[in-house]
Amino acid sequence: MTDKNRSHLLDRRIVIKAAAAAGVAQVAAPFVISARAADTVKIGLDNPFTGTYAELGKNEQIGCQLAIEEINAKGGILGRQVELLSEDSTSADTGAAVQKARKLLQRDKVDFLLANVNSAMALATGEVSNEFKTLHIVTGGHTDAVTGKDCHWNVFRVCNTTRMETNSVSSTLASKYGKKWYFITPDYAFGHTLQQGFEAYLKANGGTEVGASLTPLGATDFSSYLIQAQSANPDVILFLTAGQDAVNSLKQAVQFGLDKRFHIAGAQQELEVLEGLPPEARIGTWVFEWYWNQPNIKGLPEFVAAIRKRTGGKVPTARHWFGYAATWTCALVANEKKTLDGVTLAKALEGFALPPEIALMPNKTYYRAGDHQLMPTLYVGHAVSKGAADPEDLFVVDQLVKGDEAALPVAETGCTVKWPA
Amino acid sequence: MTQLILFNVFNGLIIGAFYALMALGLSLILNLSGVINFAHGGFLGIGAYLAFTLMPFVGFWGALILAPLATALLGIVVERVLINRLYGRDPLYSLLLTFGLAYILEDGTRYIWGPSTLPFSVPSWMLSPLSNEFFFLTGYRLFMVVLVIVVVAALFVLLGYTRLGMRIRAGTLDLETVSVLGVNVRILRNLNFGLGIFLAGLAGVLAAGMLGLQPTIGSTLIMPSFVAIIIGGLGSLPGTLIGGLLIGVASGVTTVFWPSASEAVIYVLMGLVLLVRPRGLLGEEGRF
Amino acid sequence: MRLDRRAADAVVWLLLLTMPFWLTWIGGYTALGTRVVVLALAAMSLNFLLGFTGVLSFGHAAYFGLGVYGLGLTIKYLVPSSLAGMAVGVIVGTLAAMIIGALIVRLRGIYFAMVTIAFGQVFYFIAYRWNGVTGGDDGLSGWRRLPVDLGFARIDILNSDYALYYWSLFWFAIAVLIMAALLRSPFGRTLLAIRENERRARFLGIPIDRHIWISWTISCLFVSLAGTLYALLNNFADPHDLRWDQSGDFVIMAVLGGMRNFWGPLIGAAIYVVLQDYISSQTENWMSFIGLLFVLVVMFFPRGLLGVLRRRAAP
Repeated sequence: MTDKNRSHLLDRRIVIKAAAAAGVAQVAAPFVISARAADTVKIGLDNPFTGTYAELGKNEQIGCQLAIEEINAKGGILGRQVELLSEDSTSADTGAAVQKARKLLQRDKVDFLLANVNSAMALATGEVSNEFKTLHIVTGGHTDAVTGKDCHWNVFRVCNTTRMETNSVSSTLASKYGKKWYFITPDYAFGHTLQQGFEAYLKANGGTEVGASLTPLGATDFSSYLIQAQSANPDVILFLTAGQDAVNSLKQAVQFGLDKRFHIAGAQQELEVLEGLPPEARIGTWVFEWYWNQPNIKGLPEFVAAIRKRTGGKVPTARHWFGYAATWTCALVANEKKTLDGVTLAKALEGFALPPEIALMPNKTYYRAGDHQLMPTLYVGHAVSKGAADPEDLFVVDQLVKGDEAALPVAETGCTVKWPA
Repeated sequence: MTQLILFNVFNGLIIGAFYALMALGLSLILNLSGVINFAHGGFLGIGAYLAFTLMPFVGFWGALILAPLATALLGIVVERVLINRLYGRDPLYSLLLTFGLAYILEDGTRYIWGPSTLPFSVPSWMLSPLSNEFFFLTGYRLFMVVLVIVVVAALFVLLGYTRLGMRIRAGTLDLETVSVLGVNVRILRNLNFGLGIFLAGLAGVLAAGMLGLQPTIGSTLIMPSFVAIIIGGLGSLPGTLIGGLLIGVASGVTTVFWPSASEAVIYVLMGLVLLVRPRGLLGEEGRF
Repeated sequence: MRLDRRAADAVVWLLLLTMPFWLTWIGGYTALGTRVVVLALAAMSLNFLLGFTGVLSFGHAAYFGLGVYGLGLTIKYLVPSSLAGMAVGVIVGTLAAMIIGALIVRLRGIYFAMVTIAFGQVFYFIAYRWNGVTGGDDGLSGWRRLPVDLGFARIDILNSDYALYYWSLFWFAIAVLIMAALLRSPFGRTLLAIRENERRARFLGIPIDRHIWISWTISCLFVSLAGTLYALLNNFADPHDLRWDQSGDFVIMAVLGGMRNFWGPLIGAAIYVVLQDYISSQTENWMSFIGLLFVLVVMFFPRGLLGVLRRRAAP
């Protein structure tokens, strides 16, 4: 892959050519090139590059690569150069993801692990990194358990919990569009906890839930759920679907004309999804976890330009930033504590604030002690079918919400961190 | 409640028509060549992506015709180069081959068009519901049903009244005799495979109008088509059609009562059919 | 010939017994070895049905996955014991196989293959959808394998990779020896007779369906055993373990190594696992290479690696 240093690439190319020439040498080849430079600090990225989550996994990788380049230009970690080892976890096969995590930790002896877009894989690889006592940053798995009931002392997370997302958008929806809500909820932990978050708000603020449809994850046809939603006659239909489900459900909702009769909204939304929708379906009120077009943020224009250089002109999404911030976190904390020891670093990360040029967002951005969840700023706003200044400016930020004001208190997350004796 | 169920029956028929389109292609290939085409979903994806690429040049209608044709051409080449060598061998091998092809097609799609979901637009007049009461009858979905009806009708006319069609049907029943009678079985199977892949490509263009265009678009759709064939009975095209419609309705109605089971229900239905009638609804005794 | 086979057996067992030592030496890692052994057991179990009874199942992942979930659920909710988990996993997988087997045993060939896929998907959807119990798409987490306490000795499979490897190899050996013994018995000979010519076997008065059903059940029993070991290896259960593409992997392993050969699936699993592990680290387009492998095997090595070697050895 592209992120090993050049001499390795060269070695590898020669080896591969030789193997191809020999024809049969393929099987033996894995072990010829396994020797890697020992004096570098290694960061392992175990993320999906194939299947449903390929796009998100790729984008995070690009963010990691940019961070690595910057870190090395500034002297690396503990004076040593940093190397990113990427492994494809696949999108669905958790067994493969665990295997890759073991490969990185056991064979390649990485000093930090970054994983994973898929929630199941974030949880499963967390078990492995915990076994190896290695600092692990979850880059994109949103299920609450990661910093909730399945939390570990060595696992931190840069993306948000579901409750942070629902709390940040709820009051805007209720005050602007009404308090009768219908939920289109994907039937798995992520969807359930989002819905519970909204329900808690409704209960506390005198709203009504007029109905909810649990849709199978990966559903292709949403029509029967949309039929039920419209017959319940709500003020707002909340689409809690993510990724491909979000594309499918919104596309179909717009074809049914639901957007003309109800307000469409939801919690987490991503630029990748909006770009995958036809223009007429880029609608609704949403929460973004990071956005590229914000005024007066130090270092942001440079970051956008640097990512654009790597993506053929496409702007960074929240996923690029997740990879970038996670990788920089490893370097910053290790250089501050002058060690690679997992326990020391994990303790130092509790309450650790990202400097503004890495946070790339307003307000203080820090890892909360207790559940190891990053407390960033959330962006509440609405999607637009065409960007005003830039074709990729598909989201208009209406309101900024501080993460620690939206998050559940640590005591209610279900997380009790057990430190090694 | 009754209205809701009625809506879902209608709606299930629409979805079922789509499954049937995909399953008919699979069924054609299975009947004449004895090959379960695991790569059908991959070809579907190719059809959808080709339509996306062609649309700026030839418009939606042009793409609707050209993309499936181009996909069919690819299918014909694949059959000629790879699959036709496996006829007469254990079905295991064609299964594995198409399984591998499915991997290659998905990966190739990702390699060429990238992993991002692409914004696929259909003509704007199709995008609105035709009536407020039956708002799920959008222009696009109606168009889809009409198209499926036309294609199925054309397919049955082709099979029933043309020389090629009669040969395909005869070959399905008794390939050896057809061969002895001087029909070039190789070409027959080749064209038949192309026909099946054409239907996959067409299903792909239709799917891209409803779903996000992603390299994995085909793999989510292939299993229901398998079930449609098993329920309808192997060897019977009308059976496949009925099977497709049945699972559409069954899954639609189940969403009213128990949405989590809306996918599993088609497999339960299949189990019941097999229990009562092992050869499927319209399958012929002893053929498989 | 007999001596040859004995020598081959000895070499295979020797290599397996010493694997953790030479594997790291040539650049592998212990968990990779364990994965090879576990998936090889699955492929060999499948091959009991495929290679030695002549029945193609494309749905074995379902019973593999039932083993995985059986173990995970037991440890998480019922008894914190790896052995109890394994017992439950194997029993659940085998029972499901017995019931499904009775439903489908009359079908043959391609029809049988399709129906096994479709029934396998039922279990997949149960694991995928029943969030409250199985964790749904997030998988079953929050449990770990536990050291095995035998009373007189304690095998620490939790903290020692070596212990886990040999624990897996122990069960692999038991399963493989039982299957080998069965194949040498009159029952096994009958299965071969069915594979070679079902009609003739039927004329001889052999109850074909019952034999196929027994063979199917045995095959699924050992594949669910492999599933329980896989769960121990991953400390995790996930719906993908039951999905049809996992079944396809088992079949290609068996064919790749040589399905008419007893050790074929082991060789196939080793090649497949190592190749996938290696290629997917080198290129994101590894799926194309794996797909190409399928195509090449089918076109040029339908008898598998051992089949080719054997033919070459024979003058």
